[in-house]
Amino acid sequence: MNPDVLRFSPGAYLAPAVDWLNANFHPFFAALTKLIETVLGGIEAALLYPPAYAVIIAAVLLAGFLIGFRAATVTAIALAFCFLSGLWTASMQTLALVTVAVMISVLVAFPLGILASRYEKFAAASRPVLDIMQTVPPWVYLIPAVMLFSLGRVPAIIATIVYGIPPMLRLTTLAFNQVPKDLLELGQASGASPRSILLKIEIPSATPTLLVGLNQCILLSLAMVVLAGLVGAGGLGAEVTRGLTRMEMGLGLRAGLAIVAIAILLDRLSKGALQGRRIGRSATAA
Amino acid sequence: MNTVKEANDVLLDCQNVWKIFGARSSAAVKAVSERGLSKKQVLQDFDCVVGVSDASLQVRRGEIFCIMGLSGSGKSTLVRLLNRLIEPSLGKIVVKGREIAKLNPAELRDMRARNIGMVFQSVALLPYRTVLENAAFGLEVRGVPKDERNETARAALAKVGLSDWISRYPSELSGGMQQRVGLARALAADPEIILMDEPFSALDPLIRRQLQDEFRQLTKSLGKSAVFITHDLEEAIRIGDRIAIMKDGIIVQVGTAEEIVTKPAGDYVAEFVAGISRIHLVKAHSVMRPVGDFKTSQPHCDVDALLKASPEADIGELIDITMRSERDAVAVVENGSIVGVVTTRGLLRGVAGMPAGAPGAA
Repeated sequence: MNPDVLRFSPGAYLAPAVDWLNANFHPFFAALTKLIETVLGGIEAALLYPPAYAVIIAAVLLAGFLIGFRAATVTAIALAFCFLSGLWTASMQTLALVTVAVMISVLVAFPLGILASRYEKFAAASRPVLDIMQTVPPWVYLIPAVMLFSLGRVPAIIATIVYGIPPMLRLTTLAFNQVPKDLLELGQASGASPRSILLKIEIPSATPTLLVGLNQCILLSLAMVVLAGLVGAGGLGAEVTRGLTRMEMGLGLRAGLAIVAIAILLDRLSKGALQGRRIGRSATAA
Repeated sequence: MNTVKEANDVLLDCQNVWKIFGARSSAAVKAVSERGLSKKQVLQDFDCVVGVSDASLQVRRGEIFCIMGLSGSGKSTLVRLLNRLIEPSLGKIVVKGREIAKLNPAELRDMRARNIGMVFQSVALLPYRTVLENAAFGLEVRGVPKDERNETARAALAKVGLSDWISRYPSELSGGMQQRVGLARALAADPEIILMDEPFSALDPLIRRQLQDEFRQLTKSLGKSAVFITHDLEEAIRIGDRIAIMKDGIIVQVGTAEEIVTKPAGDYVAEFVAGISRIHLVKAHSVMRPVGDFKTSQPHCDVDALLKASPEADIGELIDITMRSERDAVAVVENGSIVGVVTTRGLLRGVAGMPAGAPGAA
């Protein structure tokens, strides 16, 4: 018997499907591309239009007033590094890309994570899908993504979202499963509606774990930035790629450290924005 | 046996309630209702665990009803059936004349928010909220405006003596204080019935005793009814107007502390009450001898000259009176006439917990 008959080749079925989508739904994908490009372009423009020092001062002041002194210091150091290393434009492009990608990842992963914590069957079904999302190399699904959305920021953002969803989803499920049972019982016994229980008991109790999920989502999304450079999304990823192809150690290192600076900045700011005020309050009460 | 007036005052009526846990619980329930299977048979035939078996109890207005049982006796399940945190498998629970199994979700929430409060063993305070915000939680989910609910919560916290702590967080409070917040949270919603699920079990003995007294006094002064779950018979006796004793999901006896101590139903209850001090529990009416009986056995004793006590005087008071008297007996007077005589012998019998009419009663 010829083993070739049994050879498994899903691409043989998927490639025509992608071609068909591309031929028949091109306007839809074009519109989607345009929408994402517009949002990203808007954020980039807002970050790049004013002079760099103005953006840094505004960000530091905002962090200081809304979160605290420490967050303001981190903001100042991270942004100053990006500026002084001569990668301001690329840094802001990456910041915009990752911010949008993380927001979309969280918007998708958070409700699905809650569903998975409520319905065991959904959780069981989602697990292999999440494993696939985390382990299939992004280059694989970038091929159809580039075919449908063409080169640029959109396929990059898709790859980033696919990579950012699993950690947020898993940790959302864990966070909700860990909410103490007696607190849920309290909600029910007090006559709270399911919505009140979610907003006033479950989400606040789950916040510490949710923040870990957000942190993982941000860091893994930033890991995709280099890939984004590869498909022509620009930003720090493009600088890293350029450093590699030209064997410029200095450029690669600066771009790499700028990515770290952006990662720390996003993590501290998101954590502070979601939790900072409460910590401040209990600290003054103690 | 209740009179009509008492029956009208029943706030919470639990009639022949069963709770069966397990994969085949519905088949087990059917077998129980049709064939009257026992708990053991249900476990054997259906692999289902009976949590609560044929429990009936009535809680009257203003009454503190204790449910005492060891762990695994089904008392925590039973109390959760009363506000439908757990759905009963069989039977009927009527709160304020409404069968709670028939309420829709919104009506059930309203009933829980307005009529049935609950206090938990684990306290269940929200760690990210201040004491005041915790106490106002029940009102908040009911949609009471902020100023109003804070005022009510502040008043409830004042009742439990925590006025100075309202802006603190639960982690800054001791265990006893945390449980006071739990109680204030239940009181702030102003329910008619408060379910207390072993609220003081995790506290040290001194604080526990203090909270027991405060709780009883507070409940009585506010005119609330309470169902109080405990594994400690002494606590049940201290707090409860009536006590139900549970074993293996079955209520084995319901009665006042005195009834349970003097007339335990079966060996299980008797074993429990063996170590309980009877001095403040047993009353004159259960240790006295009928006056005619006394006169025939001691004809030379002048009953009218004895010191007098009421039928409700407990053994402690009777001992005091006997010590002041020159004689060995105290007359029990009800409505102006002597109904019986408590002898020293009778007192000793009462203290030792020997049932009346046992050998040596004369």
